[in-house]
Amino acid sequence: MSGHNQLAHHIVGPRVYVVILFALLLGTGLTVWASFVDLGVWNPVIALAIATTKAVLVVLYFMHVRYSSKLTMLTVGAGIFMFLTLISLTLADYISRAWGNW
Amino acid sequence: MPDNSAIAHGEPEPAHQEHPPYLRHHFESAEQQADAAGFAMWVFLIQEVMFFGGLFTAYLIYRNWYYPAFVAGSHQLNVYWGTLNTLVLIVSSFTMAMGVWCAQTRRRGGLVLCLTLTFLLGLGFLGIKTIEYREKIEKHHVPGFHYSLQSFVDPQSDSEVHEWYPDDKPLSPDMARHTELYFSLYFLMTGMHALHMIVGIGILAFMILRARAGAYTSGHATYVLNFGLYWHFIDIVWIYLFALLYLISRHA
Repeated sequence: MSGHNQLAHHIVGPRVYVVILFALLLGTGLTVWASFVDLGVWNPVIALAIATTKAVLVVLYFMHVRYSSKLTMLTVGAGIFMFLTLISLTLADYISRAWGNW
Repeated sequence: MPDNSAIAHGEPEPAHQEHPPYLRHHFESAEQQADAAGFAMWVFLIQEVMFFGGLFTAYLIYRNWYYPAFVAGSHQLNVYWGTLNTLVLIVSSFTMAMGVWCAQTRRRGGLVLCLTLTFLLGLGFLGIKTIEYREKIEKHHVPGFHYSLQSFVDPQSDSEVHEWYPDDKPLSPDMARHTELYFSLYFLMTGMHALHMIVGIGILAFMILRARAGAYTSGHATYVLNFGLYWHFIDIVWIYLFALLYLISRHA
């Protein structure tokens, strides 16, 4: 009975955490380095792409979503989908109505 | 035994079946209880995503509208402090994750150590943020009555930043005014993030005391697990804040 919780849930071990830690540190180094190079319009694109990669690693491994139940995966997925929908609709509104008239 | 069969057979359910002390009576099993708590935590975090998402969207739109002002505002931030804080927060996320593992594998000493490290790194983050805030206060870059446009209409007068960005042109007073909007969003977003950190640090202090008494290392790690989700979420918010506030305007 006492071990019930642990048998049912996958325990993520230190090895995974260490690998992810170094990936996140590497990503931070990379994004700071990239910010020192003039890449024009690509600067924000690269910064946000690296940030998103880091966020995905945190969600999948530190927050265990990769090892979680389908309910959790669906909840996270629905949340992100909802968030992107709201941002897209808001931006679509701003771009198509008053752009340049401020 | 499921409730409905007990009713169907008219058997009185035993008043207090054998179960672990942490299992609430309205749950069928410890696993169901943990799943329900995890689900609730995620719903809460998605609500948080919407909250910070609104701020991010506002920042995105205003940055496009008042682009020169937002670039000049961003140039006031020190990328090295931002990088240091990012590293501090990432390492704190790692120590938190290790704390969850210690709780799950019933290592009391390890859990107390990990929570204490997370606690100290959280304080370190706030300390560095304080240094940055103080700089803004000294330069009158906090929005309000005493806000100063000096650094933006006359960049050469701000020798420290001018050294970093020698090509920055003076802004017209009209555009320079909008740097106040940049700093409003800067303080709103980093301030809300810092508030989340302060709440997290408070809960960490509480958890350290409880963990020393062995609270989370006897097979019931849900509390630590769900707090970990909250702490990692704050880490993710900072990853985006760092990119948006510090990095993307350096070559504009």
